[in-house]
Amino acid sequence: MEEGEEITFEDAMKRLEEIVETLGEGNLSLEDSLKRFQEGMELCKICNKKLDEAEYKVEKLMEKEGGELSVEGFEVKE
Amino acid sequence: MEKPRKGITLMDFLHSQKDVVEEEKCGVESESGIEIAKIEEKEEKGIEEKETPRIYSVQEVTRYIRQRLDEDEVLRDIYIKGELSNLSQPTSGHLYFTLKDESSELPCVMFREQNRGLKFVPEDGMSVIVRGHISVYERRGKYQLYVDEIQEEGIGALYRAFEQLKKKLKDEGLFDVVYKKLIPSFPRRIGIITSPTSAAIRDMLKITKKRFPHVHILLAPVAVQGEGASSQIVNAIQLMNRYSAEREKIDVLILGRGGGSIEELWAFNEECVAREIFSSPIPVISAVGHETDFTIADFVADKRAATPSEAAELVVPDKREIEKNLSSLELRMRQNVFKAVEYYRKQLKSIEKSVLFRKPTERINQYRQTVDELKRNMVAEITHLVTLQRKSVQALTGKLDALSPLAILERGYSICSKLPEGKIVRSVKEISVGDALKVLFTDGDAISEVKAKSAKKQ
Repeated sequence: MEEGEEITFEDAMKRLEEIVETLGEGNLSLEDSLKRFQEGMELCKICNKKLDEAEYKVEKLMEKEGGELSVEGFEVKE
Repeated sequence: MEKPRKGITLMDFLHSQKDVVEEEKCGVESESGIEIAKIEEKEEKGIEEKETPRIYSVQEVTRYIRQRLDEDEVLRDIYIKGELSNLSQPTSGHLYFTLKDESSELPCVMFREQNRGLKFVPEDGMSVIVRGHISVYERRGKYQLYVDEIQEEGIGALYRAFEQLKKKLKDEGLFDVVYKKLIPSFPRRIGIITSPTSAAIRDMLKITKKRFPHVHILLAPVAVQGEGASSQIVNAIQLMNRYSAEREKIDVLILGRGGGSIEELWAFNEECVAREIFSSPIPVISAVGHETDFTIADFVADKRAATPSEAAELVVPDKREIEKNLSSLELRMRQNVFKAVEYYRKQLKSIEKSVLFRKPTERINQYRQTVDELKRNMVAEITHLVTLQRKSVQALTGKLDALSPLAILERGYSICSKLPEGKIVRSVKEISVGDALKVLFTDGDAISEVKAKSAKKQ
């Protein structure tokens, strides 16, 4: 498996689902079962961590004269 | 008419008996009609012989005409341009009017269910395009247009342009499912192209923040209607793709605005916008208007949301749902691994219990016993051997004793040696009178002096 920082939330969830499925099928050796379980728990941790990292950002993207990208903060006017 | 049918005039109809009978069979279906047909069949036999033309009731003929009109492909769904006149809307809510041009008039009715959704108030003298089907109001024997939609004429032109562009792009394959890009289920960066002051952007930000507050939203502000709106939208899509390529990846774009009239939504029906959406590497969700308004952008986008709010709900997952999902996955995983461990534990136990597994220990015990026995035997053997050896040693010692000179002394002999050198005396010739002799007995010795000596005669 890749390092925790590299994997996307989406992939982590997908992998986790796979692990649960394979474990459920019960065709694995005990070592493999435990290995998968460990990986699964790691993935749970990663997913939860990603969910906890509340980072909500809204920015405005525009083009400056001459074509340069310009990004600035954006506040909604109520 | 564009597709003139091989028409049957009323006169033809009345005169051609065979046609009528055939038409009757497939045409008239109402119960009363069938009954009449039966009665008439009986009568016909008599009449036919005299070759008298068949007589129809007004109702039958009217119904027949109505069926012919209803079957007509052109009249079934038709757009007609004209001027509104004689508008009236009685308490029933149905709208009655006449559509006219310089030379003709067409009576029209638009029922309440249809006219409720009208986006403008129709007035006499208004130039309009109506859409509907032509049929007969049997009670009055009057053909009329049953109207489904009315558009002001200017709008009618837009509508035609819309239909034409839609057909063109569809034929080119721009709406094909194979080109639809997948919308990622956990986007990290979302580009929104809309008016920065609209209710649409407020709704979208509110919903995304509530559902999944882990996204980076980039807003490309554009005018969503009026002059230049379409080119601003095209630029914004390009800008988003540039940002995605040069800086950070944008996972999905939402292109949207609130609902409006066909003119207000027009920018989303422009060909340049459609083509830009189609060629955007970032998947695009269109979110224009309220439920019912479809635009070209909707058809070409990778996904269509009916409203900006729906787009926001669609684009980000619900955090609570994910958390629920995640904890259920974790639970299932725990249960599954527990099951696996239990399975192996059980297997291990049954192996432990099995004969196969017990026998080796028994064998070991047996070997242990054998080893013990062998050890005992070995010790016994060795002890026996030692005893034997010891006996033979004793025997040899006895023999040795018997040969010892000391044993001779025991039998009464004594040994005499001459002092001071201590040399054993074997012959009388070796001693002289006066010599000191040491006499050795079995239990001691004595010193003596030679007083006399005599030698044996040989």
